[in-house]
Amino acid sequence: MPHRLEITLKSDLFDAEGQGICNKAASYFDIKIDDIRTVHVITMDVNLSVSQLQTVRTEIFTNPVTQVSSYDPLPEAFDWCIWVGYRPGVKDNPGSTAVEAIEDVLKIRLTADEDVYTSRRFCLKGGHLTRSDVELVAGELLANDIIQQIRVFSKKEWDPEVGVGYIIPKVKLDHTPTVSTIPMDSDAALRQVSDERNLALNENDVPVIRSYFQNSEVQAQRKNIGLSEPTDVELEYISQARSDHCNHNTFRGVFTYTDFETGKIETVDNLFKTYIEAPTLLLKEKKDWVISVLWDNAGVGRFDENHYYVITGETHNSPSNMEAYGGAITGIVGVYRDPLGTGLGSKLIMGSYGFCVGDRDYSGDLKPKLHPRRLLDGVIEGVRDGGNKSGIPTGFGQVTFHPGYMGKCLVFVTALGLMPSLVAGKPSEQKTTSPGELIVMCGGRVGKDGIHGVTASSETFSEHTPAGHVQIGDPYTQKKMHDFLLEARDEGLIPHITDNGGGGLSSSIGESAMMSNGCEVYLEKVPLKYDGLDQWEIWVSESQERMTVAVKPENIDRFMALSAKHAVESTVIGEYTDSGKLHISYNGETCAYVDMDLLKSGFPKWEFEAQWVPPEQRGLYEPVIAEPKNFNAVLLDLLARPNICSKEWITRQYDHEVQGGSVIKPLVGKERDVYSDATVIRPVLSSSRGIVFSQAILSMYSAIDAYHMTTCTIDEAVRRMVAVGGNPEHIGGVDNFCWPNIAYNPEKNPDGRFKAAQLVRSCWALYDMCMAYGIPLLSGKDSMYVDGHLPGKYGESHKVSALETMQFSTVGVVEEVEKCVTMDVKNAGDLVYILGETGNELGGSEYYDLFGYTGKNVPQVVPEKFIITYNALSQAIEKGLVASVHGVYRGGLGIHLAMIAMGGNLGLDIDLSGVPTDSALRNDTLLFSESAGRFLVTVAPQFKEEFEKLCADIPCACIGTVSASSTLAIRDMLNHPLISVAVADLKAAWKKPFGELI
Amino acid sequence: MHLKYHREHREIKKVKIKTTNQTIKALVLTGYGLNCDIETAYALELAGAVADRVHINAIIDGSVSLDDYKILVFGGGFSWGDDHGAGVIQAVRMRYNVGDRLTRFVENGNLVIGICNGFQTIVNLGLLPGFDNDYKNRSVALTYNDCGNFRDDWVTLVINPDSPCVFTKNLTRIELPVRHGEGKFVADERIISRLLENHQVACQYALPDGSVADQPFPFNPNGSMAGIAGICDPTGRVFGLMPHPEAFNHFTNHPGWPFLNEKIKRGDMNDSSLPITGIRIFENAVGYFS
Repeated sequence: MPHRLEITLKSDLFDAEGQGICNKAASYFDIKIDDIRTVHVITMDVNLSVSQLQTVRTEIFTNPVTQVSSYDPLPEAFDWCIWVGYRPGVKDNPGSTAVEAIEDVLKIRLTADEDVYTSRRFCLKGGHLTRSDVELVAGELLANDIIQQIRVFSKKEWDPEVGVGYIIPKVKLDHTPTVSTIPMDSDAALRQVSDERNLALNENDVPVIRSYFQNSEVQAQRKNIGLSEPTDVELEYISQARSDHCNHNTFRGVFTYTDFETGKIETVDNLFKTYIEAPTLLLKEKKDWVISVLWDNAGVGRFDENHYYVITGETHNSPSNMEAYGGAITGIVGVYRDPLGTGLGSKLIMGSYGFCVGDRDYSGDLKPKLHPRRLLDGVIEGVRDGGNKSGIPTGFGQVTFHPGYMGKCLVFVTALGLMPSLVAGKPSEQKTTSPGELIVMCGGRVGKDGIHGVTASSETFSEHTPAGHVQIGDPYTQKKMHDFLLEARDEGLIPHITDNGGGGLSSSIGESAMMSNGCEVYLEKVPLKYDGLDQWEIWVSESQERMTVAVKPENIDRFMALSAKHAVESTVIGEYTDSGKLHISYNGETCAYVDMDLLKSGFPKWEFEAQWVPPEQRGLYEPVIAEPKNFNAVLLDLLARPNICSKEWITRQYDHEVQGGSVIKPLVGKERDVYSDATVIRPVLSSSRGIVFSQAILSMYSAIDAYHMTTCTIDEAVRRMVAVGGNPEHIGGVDNFCWPNIAYNPEKNPDGRFKAAQLVRSCWALYDMCMAYGIPLLSGKDSMYVDGHLPGKYGESHKVSALETMQFSTVGVVEEVEKCVTMDVKNAGDLVYILGETGNELGGSEYYDLFGYTGKNVPQVVPEKFIITYNALSQAIEKGLVASVHGVYRGGLGIHLAMIAMGGNLGLDIDLSGVPTDSALRNDTLLFSESAGRFLVTVAPQFKEEFEKLCADIPCACIGTVSASSTLAIRDMLNHPLISVAVADLKAAWKKPFGELI
Repeated sequence: MHLKYHREHREIKKVKIKTTNQTIKALVLTGYGLNCDIETAYALELAGAVADRVHINAIIDGSVSLDDYKILVFGGGFSWGDDHGAGVIQAVRMRYNVGDRLTRFVENGNLVIGICNGFQTIVNLGLLPGFDNDYKNRSVALTYNDCGNFRDDWVTLVINPDSPCVFTKNLTRIELPVRHGEGKFVADERIISRLLENHQVACQYALPDGSVADQPFPFNPNGSMAGIAGICDPTGRVFGLMPHPEAFNHFTNHPGWPFLNEKIKRGDMNDSSLPITGIRIFENAVGYFS
């Protein structure tokens, strides 16, 4: 018989969670709830005696100081009660830790049939509340029906004896695992199977797959082992490996690019090879700090003689779009496995986030699955729990709002690791599998999670159907595994390690077995969350928190002993061979037997048509605006725009101090509340070296030209790094492309050819910038198809595509962290300099957007010229000549003068007449043009001469001083007052939009 | 240009490992989601101890003995994901498996410090407040922050000069980072009064100017009763606090360092007036035995 324990805070204690929900209900839906008390419910489907029940209640689940609890429903008063629990098969992390604690205290082991489930009950007070109010709160604030179930009770409906009853979300599949064979009499037949099984095989791959299985030699070999027609396991393997996600077919495709400006047609073959791989290999030759790139789960650069840093970036868009919390936590925890699975394994030292969502206050007619506000709340919390509970500082992050992201949100997650350069005497960046080594799966168990991603979302739910397609990451299990694997690494027990992400075992074993040239896998040995999975499901499941490790047979006992010490599950599930075959069996029966080199042979490239229509031909032009009269108001309004304003409430939810090495934090300045240009950490505490890291997203410029979007994004990421003291000689890059569908279709994707041209142009820009700034691409990923179909008011639906977006990350090493500088002005009397030229470049700017314009004059990056400025500034920082440095980014000079003033809580006296320009500019252009390549620098008077000498050959001008007046005062070209606003008022405006959020 | 700084605050490279009879050994717990072990061990070594990071299970299975140590650290992290109340399951596991060894360790005159998740754990174990030599009774708690969320920020702490606390000796004020979702100190009013009277309240959240009266958010980041940030047992040898002294192990951890650096560069300030780092708390622990 199950037991249901209810726990709540004592009535005199403040229920912060309940209050938070009240606040959101009021602010989001204008529903006033008088009070909410939260009840935690633990349903134990475990055979326990009365005394055992008492023991777990008092010893584990009830804090005598703060809580009361009962196995009967608690008599908490309410007008409405909402119960929220997980659907079957959804990862219930507290349920798992409850099992651990119960087993530990009672010294028992739960049987395979027994389990513990957690849920919550919210007791709402407010006599005026209606059922529809309560259901709205339940559905929009407390639960997502994809992963959770809801019950709503009115006071009348509630039976105080019965409570919510006993709801056991146990997975029951009643299915005998079966391997199916797939007849492929014709290409059409195979295509049909592909559609039916959601294999998503590319049309052009079908004949290649068929011809492999029809090859007489292949058939003879298969007959020997008892196979004839291909099995579902085999086709799933091929489909996973050939997917755009794993194989990057788009980036390896052939583009026929037509330029409507010049009429020129050219063929662009393999964007990846030409514009990403080629420059990176060239630069690797020149930069001895580049250790390992382009093949492993993450890129590797040198930190110091004895350590390497490791970096990669990922996105987790589609899952987050469906279930924001689950998608985001799975994303951040997932990207943390990449450095752990790079080389022989690295310790995680930092993470970052980039969120792109629709307008937080959207009130139009489109109905996305999750409102942008709710989506943002969810992804913030997901990355918070995933990062904080992993013990990894979240050192940087950005949020971009744009209506295009209503179609699909973007969740960028980036991870940095650190590993010793030598592990047990061997180079840590190298790894390989060898015949005879055992294949060990470590960490979590396998369920129906993530199989075929989001396609499963259209299936209907039954009471015991696992909601497998959306997962919830489990940082606790992964942290244990991380600690275990690093200890095993240091003992030299790991010749090869990789993570299980997209494609699950199919990818991790499929790829690692390429090195030894074969493997035998025994699927029945894979530990499962519940019975009834088909063999192919075990093979491709994307259940999280798993790594695949090669272990030599002589080391397996020690490896397993360490695993046990760390309370991590590890299982030998096969061995690497050199047979040339991927050989999978289940209870002795072969269910897959294919050549390891099958994937390398003969698959056709994807083909795309790309048509570039230049901005003029698309009807873009510069708007006709006469100069504003009230610049104070323009500045204050710009400061309060969502893409400019303070988002401190997000930053403070993330632990950026853990590991004890923070040097430049995400928030800096006198009141620790203004954003730094970049973050700096000291990952080896006994060393004064630091890692500097920054990122940029400037997708708005794609509305004009994705070439310039890309150059500006990269330039900003570089400047951010240089601004804190990063060395321009050591800049590693990570490119994360998120692009709408580029395959032209006259009905479904009529502008696909243009988006394809934007992608080609973006890659050109990436190449140009990497070569000019000397940035090897240490890692990168692409995520295509950022489009959505949103229901409208009349039952119709609209395709909404995200802007063509690239997040660019920069990483470098600083030798002495004490030489780093922050952006806040430090001292009244210091001189304010601007470096770089300001041009008439308001196209795509925040200023134009304020009035609803796009414009045409998008900022241009001239890297050969800019780099001279960056080198000069870098020297000035190195010599200790500057008191503060800040790049001029989104919003332009006016906004960023405000930022440095707010940072230091000091005023500025600025004279615009000195600002270096390429032509005569109006005041609004001077203040709000987003020209690249610029910095604001403050210098103590005593260093004036030396600083100016260093900057003699670059555009550089002293434009004013830091004042003690606490007012930002700007005078125009004619020395007339243009802006005069108290710094406190600037800050109030900048903080106002999200200032109430915590 | 080269700057000279006060060694205490600026030196990062000198980790002296003494292996004489004077060696003070410290044990920092690891495993099960704990995560501040590396920097905590580093801080202890800066303070002159020899620190070992030891998995909880290595203590339980006896492969490491508490008898070999003078200082035991329950460090920060998310043990068991903090799923059933922060530090709750860690406390259960320790109590059920090594409870007697822990109380013996305390009674033998050794030192225990619990930081953040460790504070939550030792409060749940009953090692604190330790009234009347009872190291098993839970009478205080750390619960959800009033602000309703996890919060990372720096706070100013004022130290009670009359506290018997070994770790805060000779300190009056210190700035440290907090990073927690469950740090609100609560207890029955009588217990709060007794803690205050006994000077067991070793540190309280304060305004930047050092006043402790009526601390508003965010200075009191979680709504703790009486602004309590840390307490000790009546002997002063067991200490728990929410802020993280190990995360202020170097001058550049302090959020104001770039500003202070400018002051020093201009001769407006000298390094002896730089903020005291969290290492002092560990030095006090090591110094207790000499």
